[in-house]
Amino acid sequence: MSEQLVIDVAGLTKSFSGRKVVDNFDLQVPRGAIYGFLGPNGSGKTTTIRMVCGLLKPESGHGRVLGFDVLDQSSLIKERVGYMTQKFSLYEDLSIRENLEFIARLYKLDRRHERVDKALADLGMVERQAQVAGKLSGGWKQRLALAACMIHEPELLLLDEPTAGVDPKARRDFWDQIRRYSAQGVTTLVSTHYMDEAVQCDSIAYIAYGKKLLDAPTAEIPKQIGLACWRVAGRPLQQAQAQLERAPGVELVARFGAEIHVCGHDSALIAAAAVRAKESFPHLQISEIEAGFEEIFIYLMAGSADNFQ
Amino acid sequence: MKLPKLSFDLSWARVFAVFLKELVQMRRDRPTFAIMIMMPIMQLVLFGYAINTDPRHLPAVVELREDGPMTRAFLASLKASTFVDIVAISTRESEGDAMLRSGEASYLITIPDGFERRLVRGERPQILIDADASDPVAAAGAIGAIESVARSAFSAEFEGALASLASPPPPYEIVVHRRYNPAGVSAFNIVPALLGIILTMTMVMITSIALTRETERGTMENLLATPVRPMEVMIGKITPYVFVGAVQVVIVLLMATFLFHIPFTGSPFAFLVGVTLFILANLMLGYLISTIAKTQMQAMQMTFFVFLPSILLSGFMFPFRAMPNWAQALGEALPITHFLRIVREVVLKDADMPDILGDLGPLALITLALATLALLRFRRTLD
Repeated sequence: MSEQLVIDVAGLTKSFSGRKVVDNFDLQVPRGAIYGFLGPNGSGKTTTIRMVCGLLKPESGHGRVLGFDVLDQSSLIKERVGYMTQKFSLYEDLSIRENLEFIARLYKLDRRHERVDKALADLGMVERQAQVAGKLSGGWKQRLALAACMIHEPELLLLDEPTAGVDPKARRDFWDQIRRYSAQGVTTLVSTHYMDEAVQCDSIAYIAYGKKLLDAPTAEIPKQIGLACWRVAGRPLQQAQAQLERAPGVELVARFGAEIHVCGHDSALIAAAAVRAKESFPHLQISEIEAGFEEIFIYLMAGSADNFQ
Repeated sequence: MKLPKLSFDLSWARVFAVFLKELVQMRRDRPTFAIMIMMPIMQLVLFGYAINTDPRHLPAVVELREDGPMTRAFLASLKASTFVDIVAISTRESEGDAMLRSGEASYLITIPDGFERRLVRGERPQILIDADASDPVAAAGAIGAIESVARSAFSAEFEGALASLASPPPPYEIVVHRRYNPAGVSAFNIVPALLGIILTMTMVMITSIALTRETERGTMENLLATPVRPMEVMIGKITPYVFVGAVQVVIVLLMATFLFHIPFTGSPFAFLVGVTLFILANLMLGYLISTIAKTQMQAMQMTFFVFLPSILLSGFMFPFRAMPNWAQALGEALPITHFLRIVREVVLKDADMPDILGDLGPLALITLALATLALLRFRRTLD
């Protein structure tokens, strides 16, 4: 194993009742990175994360996680990985403190009391520690779950859609916390649906149909996709959109509030389409813009919308 | 308080919608559906054939102190009768007693020394029947049967010079000793056995949802993501209920003593060993169910699947020996069958450790087998 790669797996494959959910998946995550998993529902994100932490046995493939064999040494991997499930999976009928104590005991941690105290303080839950977990709001449950999977100070954090159903403020706080861990050298693999979270990651892997379609450092992705974009605003937007969708070379027409972004790989065709729209509807304003992540991911998702077939 | 007004204005279209939805959901829940169909069939076949309230083929040991033509004729008639099966013919005095206590025999039939000589002289010698009355139902039936067997066996012998003996009253006397429960009080039989039923019901039911609940609530995924091992989960989950079981035992014992005046004659140590092993066996059985059941509902249904034979095939409701062999074999595989024998032997029959070893062994074996199966069933992954 290269000292720098925390996850280094290749060819991971898993199918459920005959359908390949994850197909020949390679992934390399360097130490300390925040690695984003992006893809539509049912694309195999959860299955991949479960295979990485030893909760599912891959049918084929090989590799190492934290230097341990992903097929044979899953119990050693489990001891060193913090896994936060998509659904809240701590005990709703135990208090916050009892949940943390239970997890700490399972990892046979020393100074248990002290660690739980510290975790409670870090998350601002000291006053609420006796509260039953089931009564917490989504944001607090998420904080508790993160605290629980960090209590044994894992080197690798696996977060499966950690911010689903959590308000924007709590999401920001959550990401600040992840970045603090990252600065301490913790590696994070996080799956998400949110674009604003995706851009927080150092690198992004885009998955669809259980296959990885894109894997690059976040900053390089716009260049890799090479999408040309024009912004169209004004009236009548609805008719303009209909016309743009029919124009040659247009691969994506996305509405953002009071404006439309028209994108495609051939910049000349996109420019021509925008100019023609302006000719048809003189009140429109058009300008060329840089393709943002939003456009890129809508473009990617549009190309792989149907994952259930 | 204002009650909501009942409205009878209903739409059959909506009723039909709910009805259809229920049908589809019922069909999707395959295991529940299968149990609903299989349960009545299996139980009817199983219990319909197995249960026999008219006990026959009860094991008897004959203590023969004398060997003559008449005793041989009596023995032959006994052997031919379907009421008792002679499992041993003993000549030593204590052997029959031990078999009665350990439950190997339900009857001890003793023909005393000089029986024939005294019979011929008209001294009305005694035939002694010691019946294990710890189960009064099983005991009552065959006592009468043995009397009639004796009458027909001897009357065939009373010919020629002995013809005068054939007229009533019979020239012998049958003396019946109801051992262990001389008054034939049903409570003496039922109350200790109820301890077994109560423990089976609560212990199996409580642990049958041990893992099922974790799976249903989604906490299993988190548990599996930690380094915890299957054996650790099993022991940790089962131990609290050992204490619950102990509390139940104490409650039942107190009530048995003060409410029902059950004599507790045997060794408390033997009882403790037996009841502890039995509680463990039930907890393992419940735990095994919880590794199979996908929902708590299924766990409950499986619990009842175990519970009914525990009542019907264990010797709790109906005499064990009266069941056909295949049903007895099924009964032997149930923990409660062995516990019932242990508890009756210890509480009513003054038994000690050596007497119950014959049932402790199978009970330990069942416990071990259940634990092994449960550990093999426990999946360490979500596959």
